[in-house]
Amino acid sequence: MTAHPKFDVQRIRQDFPILSQSIRGKPFVFLDSGASAQKPRAVIDAMRNAMETQYANVHRGLHWMSERTTESYEAVRDTIALLINAPSRDEIVITSSITASLNLVAHSYGRSALKPGQAVLISGMEHHSNIVPWQMLRDAHGIELRVCPITDAGELDMTAFETLLADGKVGLVSITHMSNVLGTYTPAERIVRIAHAAGAKVMFDGAQAIVHRQVDVQALGCDFYCFTGHKLYGPTGIGALWARREILESMPPFMGGGDMISSVTFEKSSWAAVPHKFEAGTPAILEGIGLKAAIDYFRAIGYEAISAHERALTEHAIARLSDIEGVQIIGRAQDRGGVISFTLDRAHAHDVATLLDRQGIAVRAGHHCAEPLMHRLGLDSTARATFGLYTTHEEIDVLAEALTKIRKFFK
Amino acid sequence: MSFDDLRDLYQGVIMDHGRHPRHGTRLQSFDVTAKGDNPMCGDRVQIWLKYAPDHTIADAGFEARGCAISIASADLMADVVRGRSPADTKALFDAFRAMVRTGICPDHAGDLADPLEKLKPLLGVHEYPSRVKCATLAWHALTAALEGVQEGSSE
Repeated sequence: MTAHPKFDVQRIRQDFPILSQSIRGKPFVFLDSGASAQKPRAVIDAMRNAMETQYANVHRGLHWMSERTTESYEAVRDTIALLINAPSRDEIVITSSITASLNLVAHSYGRSALKPGQAVLISGMEHHSNIVPWQMLRDAHGIELRVCPITDAGELDMTAFETLLADGKVGLVSITHMSNVLGTYTPAERIVRIAHAAGAKVMFDGAQAIVHRQVDVQALGCDFYCFTGHKLYGPTGIGALWARREILESMPPFMGGGDMISSVTFEKSSWAAVPHKFEAGTPAILEGIGLKAAIDYFRAIGYEAISAHERALTEHAIARLSDIEGVQIIGRAQDRGGVISFTLDRAHAHDVATLLDRQGIAVRAGHHCAEPLMHRLGLDSTARATFGLYTTHEEIDVLAEALTKIRKFFK
Repeated sequence: MSFDDLRDLYQGVIMDHGRHPRHGTRLQSFDVTAKGDNPMCGDRVQIWLKYAPDHTIADAGFEARGCAISIASADLMADVVRGRSPADTKALFDAFRAMVRTGICPDHAGDLADPLEKLKPLLGVHEYPSRVKCATLAWHALTAALEGVQEGSSE
């Protein structure tokens, strides 16, 4: 597969100052974007510029600086709405992370819309952040937690999925849009169709998917979608939850405090309208400004080119790594993207990661916050290479050559 | 193919003990045993100890699943603790832990100098703070066994 004609990876790399470094005397090969992506100059400049020229608290200032800062912070809500094609900016709740978004839904929607005896359905390839909040809800609120198994290929078992929804008890399906271990894209439209037919709402964890693939929440037909900024080339500490307006309006607040009320007396408080009802406290102002810059940067390149680049890298990586004796790529889903977990027969994943680091290559190793999936796969840990829009074919070649060397070293 | 850039942490002695441990078996006859677990990386170890009549460690054996660092460390540990009293062993662990955290081999006169020299190949771990717990896992399990606790802590 050839690169998209408009996509010049070398030019993109120049936008990311960190990439020009050497690590341990070798060119920095960063293959850990799935954990957190690097930041383009546009994000760095936007945040620094705000701190140097335009910063005050938002939403409450009666002064010029606060009003300007509120405008530039609130602009991120419009940008997110455009990014995921949300019908309204008021349906974008700004949170600190996907973990925060999932806990918000588990706590607020989970304890109001879901009744004891109802069930939440997740999958066997979820990140811990989409497991633990539901276990807490189960234990506190009498919800049943169901887990849809995955196939040996690392795909959602859709037959089991339908069976688990058949009794009509599932009120919410909360599922990854793309596995952070296997790279599997889940069949989102089909999941929504089946779940809705069974009377369940659907939430997607878009941490990995939105980085590589256009997300249109109206086309997906889902009810909740969440993503995080720092994997999307933005800062840490900021993410978003989208949900349908009527759902958000029906949900009680999660955290109480300033900024989320319309009025407070010692007897009673009333809530601000959505989305502010869910945004207690001073928000991550600089991070919001940074995230807007990241999304603007990302959208200017465009999903068409970004997706084509990811597909080309994934195909190249699978071809190169499959060629190395002793390397096993974990998961072989039909629809998969730029997350490649692998094991090396002679060396533990942690040794592989350390020895790759000696050669300037950054990968992640461990259970990737998905311990139940590791148990399902019969593994303790894997090494994982993940790609960003600045990843090159040559970097994958460097990884392949380094793995070949490590295997010889572990003879 | 040159492995020079890989050798500073993974020295020959670590690769050798990591891949072919000498003491990597359960003791048939033992007095105490304890487990260690690093849930973050999936490394697991179980230690068995046999005491001599004077309550020094007569023999140590282990079974482990994990990386080369954790297995090599367990194996070197089993080697150097033989003939030592529990108090002496704990002092050795303290010195070893300081060494893998700082990268400096403590200047110990007398009794600890010799075993620390044997453990020195693990010194390079200090450059990888996330790997220090691999090197100390077996020692934590050993400490638990000496104290009669079934499960060791980790870093």
